[in-house]
Amino acid sequence: MAVQKLTIAKALNDSLRKALETDPKVLIMGEDVGKLGGVFRITDGLQKDFGEERVIDTPLAESGIVGTAIGLALRGYRPVVEIQFDGFVFPAYDQIVTQLAKMHARSLGKIKMPVVIRIPYAGGIGAVEHHSESPETLFAHVPGLKVVSPSNASDAYWMLQQAILSDDPVIFFEPKRRYWDKGEVDVEAIPDALHGSRVAREGTDITLAAYGPMVKVCLEAAAAAAEEGKSVEVVDLRSMSPIDFDGLQASVERTRRLVVVHEAPVFLGVGSEIAARITERCFYHLEAPVLRVGGFHAPYPPARLEDEYLPGLDRVLDAVDRSLAY
Amino acid sequence: MTVESTAARKPRRSSGTKRAAGAAGARKTAAATAQPHDAEPQLVQLLTPEGERVEVADNPDIAEFAPFVADITTDDLRDLYRDMVLTRRFDGEATALQRQGELGLWASLLGQEAAQIGSGRALRDDDYVFPTYREHGVAWCRGVDPTNLLGMFRGVNHGGWDPKINNFHLYTIVIGSQTLHATGYAMGVAKDGADSAVIAYFGDGASSQGDVAEAFTFSAVYNSPVVFFCQNNQWAISEPTERQMRVPLYQRAQGFGFPGVRVDGNDVLACLAVTRWALERARRGEGPTLVEAFTYRMGAHTTSDDPTKYRRDEETAAWEAKDPILRLKAHLLATGGADEAFFEQLEVESETLGKRVREVVRAMPDPDTMAIFENVYADGHALVDEERAQFAAYLASFEGGE
Ligand SMILES: Cc1ncc(C[n+]2csc(CCOP(=O)(O)OP(=O)(O)O)c2C)c(N)n1
Repeated sequence: MAVQKLTIAKALNDSLRKALETDPKVLIMGEDVGKLGGVFRITDGLQKDFGEERVIDTPLAESGIVGTAIGLALRGYRPVVEIQFDGFVFPAYDQIVTQLAKMHARSLGKIKMPVVIRIPYAGGIGAVEHHSESPETLFAHVPGLKVVSPSNASDAYWMLQQAILSDDPVIFFEPKRRYWDKGEVDVEAIPDALHGSRVAREGTDITLAAYGPMVKVCLEAAAAAAEEGKSVEVVDLRSMSPIDFDGLQASVERTRRLVVVHEAPVFLGVGSEIAARITERCFYHLEAPVLRVGGFHAPYPPARLEDEYLPGLDRVLDAVDRSLAY
Repeated sequence: MTVESTAARKPRRSSGTKRAAGAAGARKTAAATAQPHDAEPQLVQLLTPEGERVEVADNPDIAEFAPFVADITTDDLRDLYRDMVLTRRFDGEATALQRQGELGLWASLLGQEAAQIGSGRALRDDDYVFPTYREHGVAWCRGVDPTNLLGMFRGVNHGGWDPKINNFHLYTIVIGSQTLHATGYAMGVAKDGADSAVIAYFGDGASSQGDVAEAFTFSAVYNSPVVFFCQNNQWAISEPTERQMRVPLYQRAQGFGFPGVRVDGNDVLACLAVTRWALERARRGEGPTLVEAFTYRMGAHTTSDDPTKYRRDEETAAWEAKDPILRLKAHLLATGGADEAFFEQLEVESETLGKRVREVVRAMPDPDTMAIFENVYADGHALVDEERAQFAAYLASFEGGE
């Protein structure tokens, strides 16, 4: 039975299990990943089956977690680290940015850093402060790191294993509000390349580009727009570093319009980079400026305001209308 | 006091070591197994779990601390009891409100009342408190209206009180951060030549954070008037203290050059005495102290947590027998310090508090949407202004359109 219907959470769990089975050098590390199976249960049952030597509950210290993962990688292991929530990666930011990202370059390519840092990220679950943020830009901006985010169960399953196989450090952002969304996973498929984008819905009038939790919103927006006779293409970027500009360019050359959607603040965000590059690449194809929809230049608000803060169907459709009006 | 440590027992290179499963090879490396704590740790205790006063003659180790509560009258004991009962009631009400969907989350202090009330009542008004996210009892002692604590758990704000009014800083969710803020604040107090003190609360898990070690370093180096008050409630979500440390926590202070004391965190009197002692040291210019209140988290870590996945019922039951509130009640009853009328009156007061908390929370309005853009900067900012205007226009377009 190669095709299964799984939640994203279960797909990630299966993916980790597969990685632990396949390569004895793979280790899982993080706070509460053992008996509890992680606060989102992504590592559920793994310690029971692979033992405390493979699935390691760490002290409550993010700099320590990433710093020691670097050391383990130097020793030939492939640590997969869990940071409990987006807002708690910052104690480890120093290790990630000043050490993890640069080791390969500094060693003239002699040292590989096969470390995956899994971060449940972004909002929409009604949480308290520091549990809903989208800090992907802060990592994508750092040379030496790769940054990806799956939007569905199949990608969750495959991209995580590809990230673990990668000899580069990968920041793996998991859209936590989609953990319980189900989708088909073909565990015998040949997966898409880790850093390639994918057309999630074809259309001819305009392209929506998104990743992680916003892909679903864009697909819903496309469906709503279809009822009004607009044909919206949705590109799931999947990777924020590198970004598949070729794939996106191909889509924009077809539709001639682009709106980029993410939860992170718009200012200096992934969307800004895409707007600049696509404008350079597609200047003569574009019928409208590249528009961005995303978070404001304000701290992530308290939960009761997050529905207003997060880009929803209406804000995406509004941008579609503005683009089409040019 | 407990001096012996098991930390020196390093894994030795030995061909005879039993082979552990998995790729890691011969030595068990992922987790040490030996118990870092004594089963029954020695600690400063003035009131036994049965509610009996411990005299200096019984235990000379408490001689240094007992004088700090020599002035405590029966009235004071009743007040401490009242504080604990009302705090527990407030906390229980908040847990219930979360279950009813009125709060998004709640971090209960159940079982930690003595540690919080004892230390909180040791403070002077001009002392300054840096809490984590569970210090509802300390907030109570500071005069913060408990309903103000609920806004952030309901999701209507990220704070909800003005820290300067009660010298009680906002809750800090990022583990350990506030210990550095407390240290810096204490450095300022010392520079000002003031004789107040600062107290920083944190958990046993937090003691693993680099920030906490750095706070210890700074406070020691600058001899800052700060008390580090760690509530060791035995767990950091699912991780027991053995996943955080290999020597009893209070002993760590020694390595930084200041004293550490372990106090029975379920004994309100001992917590009061030890905290007063530590604050006095700070006021006298003798620098920081680490107080480890040895206590227990009776409930879940937060309402999102399921302790049945990792905790044994026997452990919880053993700690229930040390309940801080029952202990003081037993003492008050045995000594005639309080009569039935007192307890009945307190029950009425608890009811009233519970009712008020329910009413205030249910009536708590959602913030105005435009609050998203408020207070991002003190001086204003062109980008925020632009985004605010755009968003206002966008929202207005709905009102006009449909
Ligand atoms: C830097 C950081 N990492 C992770 C978390 C998630 N988290 C919240 S509370 C907690 C456990 C805290 O344990 P402890 O310090 O012992 O305090 P307790 O909650 O038991 O009082 C964790 C891991 C966090 N808030 N901050």
